[in-house]
Parts: sequence; C-alpha cells; structure tokens
Amino acid sequence: MQSFSAFSLLRRAFGGHTSWQPQWRTPEPKAAYDVIIVGGGGHGIGAAYYLAKEHGIRNIAVLERGWLGGGNTGRNTTIIRSNYLFDESAALYEHSVKLWETLSRELNYNVMYSARGVLMLAHTIHDVQVFKRHVHANRANGVDNEWLTAAQAKEFCPPLNISPTLRYPVLGGSLQRRGGTARHDAVAWGFARGADAMGVDIIQNCQVTGIRRGANGAVEGVETSRGFIGAKKIGVSAAGHTSVVMAMAGVRLPLESFPLQALVSEPVKPAFPCVVMSNTVHAYISQSDKGELVIGAGTDAYISYSQRGGLHIPQHTLDAICELFPMFRRMRMLRNWGGIVDNTPDRSPIIGKTPVPGLYVNCGWGTGGFKATPGSANVFAWTIAKDEPHPINAPFTIDRFRDGFLIDEAAAAAVAH
Amino acid sequence: MLLIACPYCGERPEIEFSYGGEAHIARPADPSALTDDQWAEYLYMRTNPKGTHSERWRHANGCGRFFNAVRDTVSDFFVVTYKSGEPRPDLPVKRVV
Repeated sequence: MQSFSAFSLLRRAFGGHTSWQPQWRTPEPKAAYDVIIVGGGGHGIGAAYYLAKEHGIRNIAVLERGWLGGGNTGRNTTIIRSNYLFDESAALYEHSVKLWETLSRELNYNVMYSARGVLMLAHTIHDVQVFKRHVHANRANGVDNEWLTAAQAKEFCPPLNISPTLRYPVLGGSLQRRGGTARHDAVAWGFARGADAMGVDIIQNCQVTGIRRGANGAVEGVETSRGFIGAKKIGVSAAGHTSVVMAMAGVRLPLESFPLQALVSEPVKPAFPCVVMSNTVHAYISQSDKGELVIGAGTDAYISYSQRGGLHIPQHTLDAICELFPMFRRMRMLRNWGGIVDNTPDRSPIIGKTPVPGLYVNCGWGTGGFKATPGSANVFAWTIAKDEPHPINAPFTIDRFRDGFLIDEAAAAAVAH
Repeated sequence: MLLIACPYCGERPEIEFSYGGEAHIARPADPSALTDDQWAEYLYMRTNPKGTHSERWRHANGCGRFFNAVRDTVSDFFVVTYKSGEPRPDLPVKRVV
C-alpha cells in the first residue's frame, strides 16, 4: 500500500503523477473464505478492516452487489454526533465518535472529519424540556452537549432566523461541539484501502442470491451471481436489503425498509458554519467542503425499495429551511435522491448473532447510520471474531424484541418517528 | 407522488392518505395464551418484501376509511386495492433479490 503524506504528494507531483497505484485490488472470488461480509458499504467494509486489524482474521471477502459505498454510504447527509439519550445508545455512538476523531490517521486516508458542531433546534416548550434532559443525560455519560439560548444559537450560526414571529420560533438549542461531518466516500475508500492491504478481497458486482446451510443448520457459504463461495461465518451488513438477504437463511427480522430522501443545492462559497437539525419542523442542513448545501429530507410513509420517493417530502423540508434560513430562499437545488433505510420498531440498531449458527447481522440503522460507521464496524467485527457481542453492542440483540428490553431512542433522527 | 385508488372514493393523490403497515396481521384471539416469541412475531416481525406487498392504507383526508392494497415495492405501482375484510386477491406473488 502506498502511504500518503505531504512528502509523497510532492514527490509524485514532480513526477507528473504517474506512479500512483490503484488503492485496492479487483480480485476474483476464491472458493472459500473464513468470513464473508455481505455488503460493501462503510459498516461492512469497516467490519472487514477491524477483523483483519484487531482480530487477525485476514481470509475475508466483502461481497458488494453494486459498487463500493454506492448504497446508503453514498446517499446520506454525513452528519456525525453522539448525543443520544439512553446509556446503551450513548455508549455505542460515543465509541464511534471517538474512532472518528482519529480515523484519518488510523487509515492514513483523509476522511475529512470536521467537528464543526451539531446544533439541534428547540421550537416548543416540550422541545426545550426534552433537550435539556438530553443535555444532562449526555453529560452524565461523558458526552459533550450544551444548552444554548436563541441568541447564543444565532451567535453560533449567524444565518439562523430567530425572529419570534416565526410559525415555530427558535426557543434555543442543544449543541454538540464534537459533532460534525465527514466525507462519506472517503470513509468507504479509506477502509477499503486499509482492508485490502491486509489481504481482504473486495469483490464488487457480486450479488448474493442465497445462503447455503448444512445439515446442522450452520452456514456453509453463499450463492452469488459469480458462483458459490464457501464461508464458516457470514456477516450481513446490507442496510435496506437486510430483510431480503436474511430471508435467504429463513430469518425474519423486525425491520421495515423505507426510502429516505436527501438533496443538495448548487455549490456556493462557504456560508454555513455548522450542522443544524430541527426535528420539530424537520430540517437537516450543512454545507459540504465543495460548497453544496446538503439537506436531509424525510422518509416516505410506505415501505419501498425504489430509491426515490414523493416530491412532497423534500418540499416539506425546504419549506422549513426557507423559514429558518431566509438567505437560502433563492438557492437552486441540483440533485434529489433516496436511499433505502431499514427501520426497527424502537429506532435502535440490531448488531449481533442470529438464530442461525455462523450468521451475524448488523442492521436497523434506519435513518442515522453514517455517524456510527466506525463504531458499528468495530463492534460487529468483535462479534463475528469472538462469536459473542462486545459489551457495547450486547444490548442491541434481536432478542430484545421478544424480551421487552427495547432501546426506544427518542434522540434518533426525527425522520424515523 | 403516488396515485391511490380508494375503493370508496376512486383515485386520489397520496397526500390524502396515511399508511397503515402490513395487512392481514390478525390480532391474536387469546393474547395471554401466546409465548413471548409468538407475541414478538405479532408485534414486531414483518415480511418487508422486495416485490408485491399487502398493506393497509387509510383515506385520512377523504372518507376516513381503511382499505387494503397490493403494491409492488420495487416500482411502487399499485396492483390492486380492495376493501378491508375482503381476502387478499389471488395474484401472483413477486419476489426480487
């Protein structure tokens, strides 16, 4: 693997940029692997990376039906935060934020993690009370979060309209300064480059069409569009298609897949300093380093695998954006798309073992999985390697729906509720 | 936006409707007799198919009545809508991987 540094950039610049190598191989699938990961998004490829790095398992294939990071990893709004209410969620998401903070150095790849602050707006008395409760709960869990008055919010984010005449006036907000954004493609590419260097085979355009099980019920491998590939362990990290893949092994999950929409504007000069979320009026907005406003809209009401949705969903979000940030009223939107997100009934993920021996699942991230990418991948790798959950993901089982230990996370993105 | 044929009112735009989730999930006649697994299956487990899906809709901003529909979750096209209480029409089931 070529190491990236200021020196290597300079040296190749003077050499006419002719000596760069591909960052990962394009291998043919082998007959069998120790572990197969189904799904080449950030969560899946990251799990392969941590399996190789921390658990010494290097005979791994990542099977991706499309291209690397082409699913929800490439379709989200790249927001990172860990200000979740419950102890279980705070531990999981904070684990992830801590990994984000050193991920670029860890991977020798600039994932452009930018801790520019995530400001969540309160518009009603109920919002104010709930957010203050979250601030206290977060701080008790060692997660930074602070309460801002409307004037302080305006100072932190000058484009914000705090006029009391708004239909839903801004009464204040909670601010997680360590929250922010990262470059979504770079996360997938950085993990892929690191995993490939340790011997992981990343196989794109390889669709899983079946899961083969032996007489004792344990997995033996997967049927794919490129033939059968054997494996003792299979980790499914297939986001919105998890129900489809798990049905191949006869496993039913408490998941429903919905289109979640997002859109970006034309690129403009730096105008927006942070991430602003408003659950009540439904607006999610930040500005990418390329200059586009990145706007998260809602989910459509019905389950679908169509990766698009109704125009009234983004229109609703743009109404809120125009009211909160009047300076954006004449911006033109360039692209609008949908990603298929798998929602659980309690809006918390499922990371763990399944009733099928050798089959593991990491799913249910719903509308907010990007922020968890390194943390989720890290504990999923542990679960696969040791055949038992890491203490952080131990509460996030499938069995919690049978046993009643739901993690009913009110701080999950409002689009999920 | 989808065009949805309410069995009582005819075709109307999607914003007049609210979605009611998977159809034909009957509430258990004797809930206290269920095991925890059976209760979790009733409450939480869903088919979530890629293909044809039977689902409930309510014409919330119209006649206010619930009805059922069969819709293709790949194309979002409605195959058929029918009144609550009627059996699922005998149509071929499409499943995509």
